[in-house]
Amino acid sequence: MGDRLNESLSWGNALIFTLWGVVLLILVLGFVTYAIYFERKVIGWMQHRIGPNRVGPLGLLQTVADILKLLIKEDTIPRKADRVLFILAPALAYVPAFGVLAVIPYTQNLYFADINVGLLYYVALSGITTIAIVLGGWASNNKYALLGGMRSAAQMISYEVPLVISVVGVIMVSGTMNLRSIGEQQGDWFWQWNFLPQIIGFVVFIIAAVSELNRTPFDLPEAESELVAGYHVEYSGFRFAFFMLTEYVYVYAIAALTTVLFLGGWQAPLAFLDFVPGIIWFLLKFASVVFFLIWLRATMPRIRVDQLMGLGWKVLLPLSLANVFITAVYLELFVK
Amino acid sequence: MIRTEELLLNVGPQHPSTHGVFRIIVKLDGEVIIEATPVMGYLHRGTEKLAEDLSYTQIIPYTDRMDYVSAMTNNYVLVHAVETMMELAVPERAEYLRLVVMELQRIASHLVWWGTYLLDIGAMSPFLYAFRDRETIVNLFNELCGARLTYNYMRVGGVKWDASDAWLDKVRDFIPYMEKKLIEYDKLVSGNEIFLARIRGVGAYDAKTAIDYGLSGANLRCTGVDWDIRRAKPYSLYDRFDFDIPLGTNGDCYDRYLIRLEEIRQSLRILTQALQQFPSGGETMGKVPRVIRPPAGEVYVSIESPRGEIGCHIVSKGKQEPYRLKFRRPSFVNLQILPKLLVGETMTNLITILGGIDIVVGEVDC
Repeated sequence: MGDRLNESLSWGNALIFTLWGVVLLILVLGFVTYAIYFERKVIGWMQHRIGPNRVGPLGLLQTVADILKLLIKEDTIPRKADRVLFILAPALAYVPAFGVLAVIPYTQNLYFADINVGLLYYVALSGITTIAIVLGGWASNNKYALLGGMRSAAQMISYEVPLVISVVGVIMVSGTMNLRSIGEQQGDWFWQWNFLPQIIGFVVFIIAAVSELNRTPFDLPEAESELVAGYHVEYSGFRFAFFMLTEYVYVYAIAALTTVLFLGGWQAPLAFLDFVPGIIWFLLKFASVVFFLIWLRATMPRIRVDQLMGLGWKVLLPLSLANVFITAVYLELFVK
Repeated sequence: MIRTEELLLNVGPQHPSTHGVFRIIVKLDGEVIIEATPVMGYLHRGTEKLAEDLSYTQIIPYTDRMDYVSAMTNNYVLVHAVETMMELAVPERAEYLRLVVMELQRIASHLVWWGTYLLDIGAMSPFLYAFRDRETIVNLFNELCGARLTYNYMRVGGVKWDASDAWLDKVRDFIPYMEKKLIEYDKLVSGNEIFLARIRGVGAYDAKTAIDYGLSGANLRCTGVDWDIRRAKPYSLYDRFDFDIPLGTNGDCYDRYLIRLEEIRQSLRILTQALQQFPSGGETMGKVPRVIRPPAGEVYVSIESPRGEIGCHIVSKGKQEPYRLKFRRPSFVNLQILPKLLVGETMTNLITILGGIDIVVGEVDC
């Protein structure tokens, strides 16, 4: 794959790229389908419920049925909505979400695109989704949607900054923005992974990431109990499904990114366990991060807008800057 | 020149957090409320007017539907008013049964409040835990009187159904169960940093304001006013039990939260004592004339419902039907302070404050 990217574009190469794109898309759709099932089951168990168990064996086809329902639902567009933006918004939200997945390495040899500025690419592209959410909220011509969209803009801007700065520490330690190299450089033992030396960065990253995902306790843009559904209140059918899809694709992306950046990627936690294939370790760590996100959702109340902004600017940003400073001092004094 | 516009936002009547068909029109400046106008009446069914054509026994099911989260206390306030008018004696067993179901109802009602309040704040799980535990109480009621929500259990002069010993044992088992669950609730929610930040200092008022607005229940006691009708003007058998009345100091949502949780504990204490003293036999209906005709005159009685002081004013002309029936509904009275509390708050706090008042729209509109 990597070599082909450097060749000149021919029909054959384009076909191969498209094919890999489709493979990734199927992978992601499969993940989203079962992430939703997993989430509903886990939260169900945490809440003394059973969770979906009717459609298909063990309810495994529940999400498929849900998506089918959304597909055949009437597609409504409010009469006074801004039609073009209204239709554009869900697509604009989804495309960057899917785009960022290209740079994520799963093992040393299994990856889609090996870009030297992988991390920068991720951060830059994921910011576009915010615009889509604001657009969707604005174009709906609904006051609740507008409030949700505006909250989303404020929230994402406040949290993008600490998110980016919190990974600067990792970049400094690794000396590269290439996600594959970052994963490779983390040691064979789990205490050599970035999450311990970069503990401040790790904590800030997790908090900011949850906020970026718009998930509990930072689910203000769609705050069910206040704004009903926030920015997607007027969306129905497949357009709504696209917003949901975007959310879960970002769960996938953030979980994979956390694994690669901080949890040693595909490395075994103990050196003598490395006979187990790397992909297994990657999937295990990835699943734990997804589980952690679901666990949060079952446990936490929602934070208030002003407190959210306060946390972002007054706590997370200084912390992440301090992390950069400490890392720099450490590198200067001990590594050089 | 930058011009800002106020946003007129219609919250409700179909809104997940107005707890029924209740509507507030808010004027927003950004997310800050500059004016709030509550609109009520979507659930008005004219209970008081309907009652004028009904015999007293027929009115009882209507009271179930006022505060449908706490039907037992509503039952009681009506039969208690009629009994006071007619100077009827209620058998001891019936009175104990009434007290037991009323305290169970208080727990169930506070559980509903606790669950839905946390849902308003954005936490999903406590709602299901609260309903799981409330389900135990609802099942007990179902076993006792065959209904899960609208019980129609009490009668003028007694109660409709007697309880078996097995039922009483189930209530006894429920008490330690609930005590254990309350500790879990505290562990999960009461110390949560986000939750505390959301409700501490929100919607605060002082004792004078509370009294001026005629607030009652936890909404009054959170300011430190020691007024619980179970203690202040004992009715039923409440003077026989030893229990505390939790009081607040700050008058904010956090105090109201703590008071309601503590009231569940105190109700469990009352239940424990009531079940110890429970008479082993006896009638469940007193000697009541075949046709209930209170003497001409007026009576007002009030009791402590989970939401505050619920009162019943009957004007009788000596007929089978009341000449005029008036309920003092605590949800309605407590709600009057809402517009005052909302000014200057954000949309998020609107939900926190409204939830903290604890209204049941069936009772607001009656």
